[in-house]
Amino acid sequence: MSAFTPAELMAVTMARLLDTSRHVAVGALSPLPATAALLAQALRPALRVTILGSRRHLAFTDGGRELFDCAAQGRIDTFFLSGVQIDGDANINLVATGDYAQPTKRFPGSFGSAYLYSLVKTVILFKPEHTPRVLVPRVDFISAAGVSPPHEYRPGGPRHLVTGLALFDFIDRRFVLRSVHPGHTADEVARATGFEYAADAVTETPAPSAEELAALRGPVRSDVAETYPRFAAKSFGV
Amino acid sequence: MTRFVPTLADFAAALADGSHVAIPPDYSGVALAATRALIARKARGLRLVAVPQAGLQADILIGAGCVAAIETAGNNLGEWGLAPRYTDAIQRNELRILDATCPALHAGLQAAEKGIPFIPLRGILGSDLLRIRPDWRVIDNPYGEHDPIVLIPAIRPDVALFHAPCADRDGNVFVGVRRELMTMAHAAARTLVTIETIHEGRLLDDPALAAGTLPALYVDTLCVAPGGMHPLPFGNDRGDDAAVAAYVQAAQSRAGFDAWLAAWLAEAA
Repeated sequence: MSAFTPAELMAVTMARLLDTSRHVAVGALSPLPATAALLAQALRPALRVTILGSRRHLAFTDGGRELFDCAAQGRIDTFFLSGVQIDGDANINLVATGDYAQPTKRFPGSFGSAYLYSLVKTVILFKPEHTPRVLVPRVDFISAAGVSPPHEYRPGGPRHLVTGLALFDFIDRRFVLRSVHPGHTADEVARATGFEYAADAVTETPAPSAEELAALRGPVRSDVAETYPRFAAKSFGV
Repeated sequence: MTRFVPTLADFAAALADGSHVAIPPDYSGVALAATRALIARKARGLRLVAVPQAGLQADILIGAGCVAAIETAGNNLGEWGLAPRYTDAIQRNELRILDATCPALHAGLQAAEKGIPFIPLRGILGSDLLRIRPDWRVIDNPYGEHDPIVLIPAIRPDVALFHAPCADRDGNVFVGVRRELMTMAHAAARTLVTIETIHEGRLLDDPALAAGTLPALYVDTLCVAPGGMHPLPFGNDRGDDAAVAAYVQAAQSRAGFDAWLAAWLAEAA
């Protein structure tokens, strides 16, 4: 068992970050996080998984507000966020590039990020594209801030960033390169990253195990397809 | 008194130009057949508020020139990607956008439900949303110390517009577990609902159904419109993926959208 797709490696890497989570929630437009959460649950059934847009994995009965009320109470341990830009302070931009009032390119909007980034204890950032265009020195618009002044109420925040090339941790208000995905190098990561980060004791991201791949390509794939049929059809198996 | 109207044209006439209109997300109860009737009657100057994110309905209304402004946490067509008429209109400065975040929209409506002027909400601090939303204020928590907290003003739409499975003849509307529809209706001055079918019997007599029922006291206008959410999924109907795909492809260009819209309007005529 050696070959795997880039999406499978990212999903496995994200799933492993859920090892101490009791309840992980997945927001809109998040097929990779949904895959990671369902994989983690397949391997550890005690993990509670909430997936917006799913019927099977959405146990809320109080409307759209309930996810956010749960988050503010600390009932969700882990959430995933992404951005069209992410910077070295872990700020994320989901709104627009260029000037806000006259954008170069407009994107959907901030969704729940401005709120959940502060309130969910562990936020895992994910972004398949790892280029200087995406990982920038400073985002053009802060949908959600990576760090806050000490007096602000902030029980949660960014803890990890998983890209198509590497895994970073976010420690003491900066990114630290933890591992580089198989087939890529630390130099390649450095060239592709537009912000400063720390790096020591960098390892290679472990490849998916036989057990992880079997779960991914079996029950997890069909489970993901309930919410993300197009993603599930193209992202698994080699 | 709740009023049943016989046609979607009558229904669309009940929603005035310039109205502030709350609409649900694509996974809830989107009144798309009514949207087509609004476009057919050339509705103009609508100010949409998405609860909390917009999708196909807003994109079509924007493309058709019905929308002056939209308040939303995002607009996107699920796995189909960017909402083409929405992003294009913002890039061309043809649409006033009030960027928001999901919980702020839910909370603003909850404030309106309670008849209070604003509601505090955690998070958001540090976001540029506070820079572009001067109506969202930050105060020091009066019950704490040196604890900044955001205030969201109440959102009181003129109209809540949505599609639901059924209503009884008294005008009580079954929304089931889609409770954001109830919040919208509680917050709005008037509520306009299209339904799949009439429920013969009284929804409030059965506790199981009553738990998911919006009482008629909130409901202004009803119209029976089977398949009123097509092509989006609704209940056990999985929706029409090919139709959404055809829209997304056509709407990438202005001309493509116009051709799509002409055909869509003709389908109903």
